[in-house]
Amino acid sequence: MDFLKLAKTMNPARPRNTLRGRRVALLFYENSTRTRTSFEIAAKALGATTVVIHASSTSVEKGESLKDTGLTLRSIVDAIVVRHPSSGSPNLLDRVLGIPIINAGDGMHEHPSQGLLDAFTILQHKKSLKGLKIVTIGDIFHSRVARSDAHLFTKLGAEVVFCGPEVLLPDTAAALAPGIKIQRDMDEAIRDADVVMMLRVQQERLAGLQIVVDEYVRRYQLTAQRLKQAKKDAIVMHPGPMIRGMEMTDDVADCGQSVVLEQVLNGVKVRMAILETLLGRRRK
Amino acid sequence: MKTHLSSILIRGGRLIDPARSVDDLFDVLLRDGSVAEIGAPGTLDGAEETINAKGLVVAPGLIDLHVHLREPGKAYKETIATGTAAAAAGGFTSVCAMPNTTPINDSPAITRWMQDPERGAVVNVFPIAAATIASAGERIPDYRGLHAAGAVAVSDDGCPILDDHVMRQALVTANRFGMPVIQHAEDTRLSHNAPMHEGVVSFRLGMRGQSAESEWRLVERDIRLASATEARLHVAHVSTGKAMELVKHGKANGVKVTAEICPHHFMFTDEDCASYDPRYKMNPPLRTAEDREALLRAVEDGSMDAIATDHAPHALFEKEVEFDKAAFGITGLEVALAAALTTFHHGRKVPLTRLVAMLSTNPARIVNLAGRGTLAVGSVADVTLFDPKKKWTYDVSKTRSKARNCPYHGMQFTGRPMATIVGGRVVESNL
Repeated sequence: MDFLKLAKTMNPARPRNTLRGRRVALLFYENSTRTRTSFEIAAKALGATTVVIHASSTSVEKGESLKDTGLTLRSIVDAIVVRHPSSGSPNLLDRVLGIPIINAGDGMHEHPSQGLLDAFTILQHKKSLKGLKIVTIGDIFHSRVARSDAHLFTKLGAEVVFCGPEVLLPDTAAALAPGIKIQRDMDEAIRDADVVMMLRVQQERLAGLQIVVDEYVRRYQLTAQRLKQAKKDAIVMHPGPMIRGMEMTDDVADCGQSVVLEQVLNGVKVRMAILETLLGRRRK
Repeated sequence: MKTHLSSILIRGGRLIDPARSVDDLFDVLLRDGSVAEIGAPGTLDGAEETINAKGLVVAPGLIDLHVHLREPGKAYKETIATGTAAAAAGGFTSVCAMPNTTPINDSPAITRWMQDPERGAVVNVFPIAAATIASAGERIPDYRGLHAAGAVAVSDDGCPILDDHVMRQALVTANRFGMPVIQHAEDTRLSHNAPMHEGVVSFRLGMRGQSAESEWRLVERDIRLASATEARLHVAHVSTGKAMELVKHGKANGVKVTAEICPHHFMFTDEDCASYDPRYKMNPPLRTAEDREALLRAVEDGSMDAIATDHAPHALFEKEVEFDKAAFGITGLEVALAAALTTFHHGRKVPLTRLVAMLSTNPARIVNLAGRGTLAVGSVADVTLFDPKKKWTYDVSKTRSKARNCPYHGMQFTGRPMATIVGGRVVESNL
């Protein structure tokens, strides 16, 4: 909670100098719009120097291993923000490098800064997470956001309900953390919810799993009608990128209950707090 | 003229020879590469060399049914010389070498090449030939020729035989030459090369998993075929409780099926993958705590036949990568005996004679190694001496293997191999 208080004091419009002289590498093996830009803006707002490395335009493409790329970067930067398609790749860098490694999303595993910014966003609308019903809907299996959210939300006392079809939400998901329930019926899941978190669904993934898109949309799309079953003051969230007409309708995406754009700004604040915590000079 | 190679008197040790139900203090005299005499303590004499085995167990040389020596073709991972040196350090006097070399060992020429003294093997090497040509799962090679060249079994380890007809043909043909078919039971149509066990832990770690079903389905099919053909099936590295249940059931119904367990499957569980350390990645993968418990019980109740290492050396660059990209497999020859003693003898009160049977007597029977797996007078002078009580810590930086992909580094064990004698010659000694 101290961390979230620190995030509250952060504002990208008011730059600081606490990380002046520190160098942060943004090592991205996957495409990303908001995570990369928000980490970059966050680092710069604290006075750090950043360098962005895309896997497609570097020696990585020539076959250099993650370990060697990390060793190379270690000699010129103080910390690495990494996004990688393999779960656990930040653990490998941590084991080998011994400098701060910030996980910006690893495979299907976790996306911790997104979890923090989601909790931060909820706390702007609710006093506490304790006792809240938070329902996460969609492709849970492939979602690192769903995992990070669920770990943090349940730790802060919320009840987390996962909703989705079996192929995208195996029964083993309930054991992810204490306090997680699975509800396959969306109308049931959403009833009296305080927070509705929609996840992106990739059409090509549905095709691979032989799910008919129309059928999926009928069962799991958030519509204004469905949203009425949640609490009146419920908020709607989405980690992005959002596909309108797929996981939610236009009117829901733009309604007053949607906090999707707040999430983006909060992403910068939270990432400033992460960098400050890991790289800032200790206060006396 | 010298009439014998050498003679060694092993004095004062506790002789455990499960084949003859012996477990008592005896002196053992080895001469000219064979067991010459066994006598009450202090009754034998006249050897060139004497080993004081007080406090040690004297066992028939350990036999590992499942190792990857990587030669021919992958000498950067391991060679027959380095792999067998690791075997000697671990108390093994014989190893059965899997055929997934480059090229695949599906020919008498490669089978003979692996046994050539030029390879510099420190212990006996018994090749296991490919069950199908190039382990492609389609046509079976010349089993007669392979057997004559020294192959003791056939297996497509790592590339399981999925086709029912081919598996049946392999069982029937191998049986004609007294060889078992050793199957790595994994229905690759279900497992999709996933890096770990599918379950609660894989979901949490965000990794794809191999289901327990992908193992037991194939074990079930293989037992049915072994039953129908009355041929011999050996199930490699059983990793799930359900697969072991099927083996037990098959045995109860008179099917000629045997099974082995690897040290890592009785030491670790899928929770050990949580650090994404590829030293915990192997195939079959580490399973759940319940699976491990079921396998431990199978050792206790005697239904598990053998302990085998699946020693799988890899170069560092193949292992120090992302978990899902890392090569499958870990080394194990140097710790298998110590791990078995620690887990089963000290941890679960399994008698030493059962462990010696699983590490020597039974493997010798499974691959028909005449004169091995026992220390009866006249048998081969392959002997393992170990101290069941000695505490020690494994240090992988001192390994004889070329590889370091080993999760046992820094672990403390109770029980240690002390001397390894192959054909009457001491090849390794900590005495």
